[in-house]
Amino acid sequence: MSVVRILWAGWKFHVKSLTLSGFFLLTSVIQPIIFASVAYFMFRAGARPGTLLYVALGAGMMGIWSSTLFGSGGAIQWQRWQGTLEYCIAVPPPFLLVTIPLTLATATIGLYSLCATLLWGWLFFDVPFNLAHPIQFAIAVPATVIGLGMLGLVLASTFVLYRNANALSNLLEFPIWLATGLLVSLSFLPAWVGPISWVLAPTWGINALREAGIGGSAWVEIGMCLLLGLVYLVIGHFALKHFERLARERATLTLT
Amino acid sequence: MRHNLRVFFVGGYLSYRALFNWMHWSYYIPTMLGSPVFQVLFFAYVGRYAQVKNDEFFVTGNAVQLSAMAGVYGMAMTIGGERWTQTLSPLMATPANRLPLFLGRSLPLIANGIITSAFAFGVGWLLLDFELSASQVPALAVVVVASAFACTCLGLVVGSLGLRARDVFFLANLVVFSLLLFCGVNIPLETLPGWMQAVGRSLPLTHGIEAARAIADGATLAEVDHLIWTELGIGAAYAATAYALFRFFEIDGRRRATLETI
Repeated sequence: MSVVRILWAGWKFHVKSLTLSGFFLLTSVIQPIIFASVAYFMFRAGARPGTLLYVALGAGMMGIWSSTLFGSGGAIQWQRWQGTLEYCIAVPPPFLLVTIPLTLATATIGLYSLCATLLWGWLFFDVPFNLAHPIQFAIAVPATVIGLGMLGLVLASTFVLYRNANALSNLLEFPIWLATGLLVSLSFLPAWVGPISWVLAPTWGINALREAGIGGSAWVEIGMCLLLGLVYLVIGHFALKHFERLARERATLTLT
Repeated sequence: MRHNLRVFFVGGYLSYRALFNWMHWSYYIPTMLGSPVFQVLFFAYVGRYAQVKNDEFFVTGNAVQLSAMAGVYGMAMTIGGERWTQTLSPLMATPANRLPLFLGRSLPLIANGIITSAFAFGVGWLLLDFELSASQVPALAVVVVASAFACTCLGLVVGSLGLRARDVFFLANLVVFSLLLFCGVNIPLETLPGWMQAVGRSLPLTHGIEAARAIADGATLAEVDHLIWTELGIGAAYAATAYALFRFFEIDGRRRATLETI
């Protein structure tokens, strides 16, 4: 029970805290709206037939990824800069339980971008918002958030070993947008991209949202999001333990 | 005059080097060279998928647009960074002429923008369906220099707003993203609504990108010189605006004692 309470309280705290951040407002609302507008105009000007809901969902997912990438990728570094990392590690609950709510919160904040791009598209680009399977969509959204939040845990625990985590975040934004098929069908990309996309939660997340929103069955994709989330959790657990041990051994916890 | 030239060149060089006090090469290379590669690839593939235009359209548009990154972010960091490290007040207390002081800081950033842009063109040529003959390169280089200049002047405006605005980096991001939307980087300009085209034509890049695309299609420098002059003129207008804003905010900042508010 206390585990659930820690996760819930931490998640609520971080969601509120991130909501007040100008940087996250930019990455989760303004940037997705601008990129969504670019995408709407491109698909309108192009000859490919199909619904703009496909683009709207993809653009929203781009925002979820950006928010997770920048939020989780720099999570431990920020705690360091703010001088709160020692406290987070010294408290009785495991560091994993302290970190998971933060990475989940960064993915949750990304939902602002999904809402923003859908609303923006509906208001200004006549994007239809008739969901084929509303219940599946309602389940696909949290499953996607969990998948990305756990991927965020892996990012948080591995980026910390790299001094300039922000640079890695800058580097990984566009390639993941591309490799997970957010705006471009994976069949359009070189074949070697396929296996990479399968181990990335955004691929299954966007497919789940599209299957549920446009038509089809999203259950397999939802299952894959949760399964990958579990795998990321295991990887994140060991990576965090490794980081904690190294930081204690080398006395580098507070070094910025 | 000699003193001003010294402030312009030596001051600009030192300021640029100071950026690397906190910006390590391991930060610089992924951000300024790595990310642009993927930007070009991303939009080229979206363009192919949406069946809007060919690779040349996207490589040219994004490669020229990437010259803005160093100019806008760099100028924002130059002034925002002085504020952050609490060195803005001592700097404002010096008798140095403000024009060479801050224009000097823009020179390395223009060079930086040119490098990023050239790298993006190279990647496009290497990985995508984009052809460029050696004879087209000098004309394209002139366009990139003009665009990098104009974008850095826009960065000067952002930087001067940094004397007043607390979060100048937010503003810099917003400006760079807006350039992607309004300047015909990835969207054919004629397909945008009229008001967006009008906004785009008052921003740097729009004319530069148009000139670059014409050159990539075989036009000579003489055939696009009006576009290059327009680009340079827009840049000069932004530079003048930036100088006026800078002087105003400096005086106002002294009066309100807000130069070091972060």
